[in-house]
Amino acid sequence: MKELFVLAEHRRGELRDVTFEMLTKGRELSQRINVDLTAVLLGHNVKEFAKTLADQAKRVLIVDDARLENFNAEAYQRVLSRLISERKPSLTLIGHTAYGVDLAPSLAAELNVPLATDCIDLDFEGERLVVVRQVYGGKVNVKASLRKSESYVVTLRPGTFEAQEVKPLGGETIEIASPLSADIEYKRFIEFFEPPAGEVDISAADVIVGIGRGIRDIENMPAAEKLAEALGGVLACSRPIVDKGWLPKDRQVGTSGKTVKPKLYIAIGISGQFQHVSGMKNADLIIAINKDPKAPIFRAADYGVVEDLFKVVPTLTNRILEEKTSK
Amino acid sequence: MDVIVCVKHVPETAEAEIVVDESGKGIRTEDLVFAINEWDDYALEEAVLLKERLGGSVTVVTVGSEEVDDTLRKCLARGADRAIRLTDKAFEGSDAYAIAKILHKAIKDLPFNLILTGAQAGDDGYAQVGVVLAELLGIPHTTMVKKIELKEGFAKVNRELEGGLEEVVEVKLPAVLAIQTGINEPRYVSIMGIRKAREKEIKVLGLRDLGLREEEVGEFGSWITVEKMFIPPVEKEAEILTGGLDEIAAKVVETLRARGLV
Repeated sequence: MKELFVLAEHRRGELRDVTFEMLTKGRELSQRINVDLTAVLLGHNVKEFAKTLADQAKRVLIVDDARLENFNAEAYQRVLSRLISERKPSLTLIGHTAYGVDLAPSLAAELNVPLATDCIDLDFEGERLVVVRQVYGGKVNVKASLRKSESYVVTLRPGTFEAQEVKPLGGETIEIASPLSADIEYKRFIEFFEPPAGEVDISAADVIVGIGRGIRDIENMPAAEKLAEALGGVLACSRPIVDKGWLPKDRQVGTSGKTVKPKLYIAIGISGQFQHVSGMKNADLIIAINKDPKAPIFRAADYGVVEDLFKVVPTLTNRILEEKTSK
Repeated sequence: MDVIVCVKHVPETAEAEIVVDESGKGIRTEDLVFAINEWDDYALEEAVLLKERLGGSVTVVTVGSEEVDDTLRKCLARGADRAIRLTDKAFEGSDAYAIAKILHKAIKDLPFNLILTGAQAGDDGYAQVGVVLAELLGIPHTTMVKKIELKEGFAKVNRELEGGLEEVVEVKLPAVLAIQTGINEPRYVSIMGIRKAREKEIKVLGLRDLGLREEEVGEFGSWITVEKMFIPPVEKEAEILTGGLDEIAAKVVETLRARGLV
């Protein structure tokens, strides 16, 4: 029986959300092309994970090895390339995460198996694998086909597919002896590092004013700060602002920063790439100010203002202050 | 420390309006400004910083037609010593895998201790060229790099994970490190630099020079082929508040008041 592999991603004793998202999409696809859904679990002392995964897949392959305790792309590649060569899954799904991007391209190149990265959808059309990806910062979608092959590797964008609960499937668990013989030569995991926390915890704020690339100059930041103050909120930002060093890392909203759920999020000059949106889309109310009417942020926002932010922000701040003093 | 940096010349699209072209497989680029890919900009800066500290050289390599010289010149002005442009009609339609194969042929016989690439490109966003290149060269790699400390024979590297977390890993050298934005502060080009850069040569190599066959590159040598590009379907769209500035501000405040936010 042919298989569809889902590589379980875990970190610090937890299976990560993307694993369940991939299992959901993988289940749907495997039923359609009539193959078995197999979760592949690499780690050390991960029996508990195996139980969770067995509820969601036809089978779980476990490779237990101390050298797999923390993610290591070299060790993972050695094990996975062996499993894929032997079992020839129709498709291997890997998360498009910091781990996935370190692993999938070299794995695919070693096996010369076609790879599509950061996919937001995929389907088999006959024997051909067709994927949908986003390009140009999410402004354009691409439908693309992969070269015909008996096996494919695809990395899926986290947060794209909603993980669904299933009636426990009671899949079988198969322990596979670790194929790692020699030491891992090239890469060594040392430790996790958590940048020190600042004085403001944006994830606890009710009102957040987020600024992005459109703010252009550090001198324009006080205007946004005043708006945040007028609303009794805090200033946060998207990635470019942290890259420039204008705000510390702990003010960054998005996949590589914080996930927030305030009552109000005002996005100023933020284009709305998925990395940012995934960190704030669950805010109760989202208002976006951006002069580009096609900016993806307007697909996440409840209300939009298509205007020059340098004009709108001060006007809005004054109006709010008036409102407060009139009370 | 001899460092090779792979760069890409891309359109700046963050604030531009994008229109799909007549072929339906690309976008119209006439009105767009092209520049070095943002991630590569940080990779180049990191290479120049290493050279300034440890000596050695910086070589930039790219795949593209003559227009990309603009980006290569800027790299030379910013501190790169040499530039190589890989140009051939046969390279058109190459995906990240085919690009990595082209770069591999150009780089494999050059002397280097380290190869830096951007973690991804702002246009097609594959995030795979550096990693595939490492595999083809048979050397280690790591991606999403936010900090590099060079030690004897290896690099100690901070990788950016999700949720504000990083991991520290050691990678044996020579290696490919794919750089994440924010690792440094890319410098501006000095007038002096631009003047000096004009004298530096850009070496141009094609398919035959690299010992590649046509079927190894372009669409045929790729894993993935674009079938069509389209503007994403709108599932949810914000209600756009219109009117003069005061009117808009009043509408926002009304919305906030209704929810007890002011």
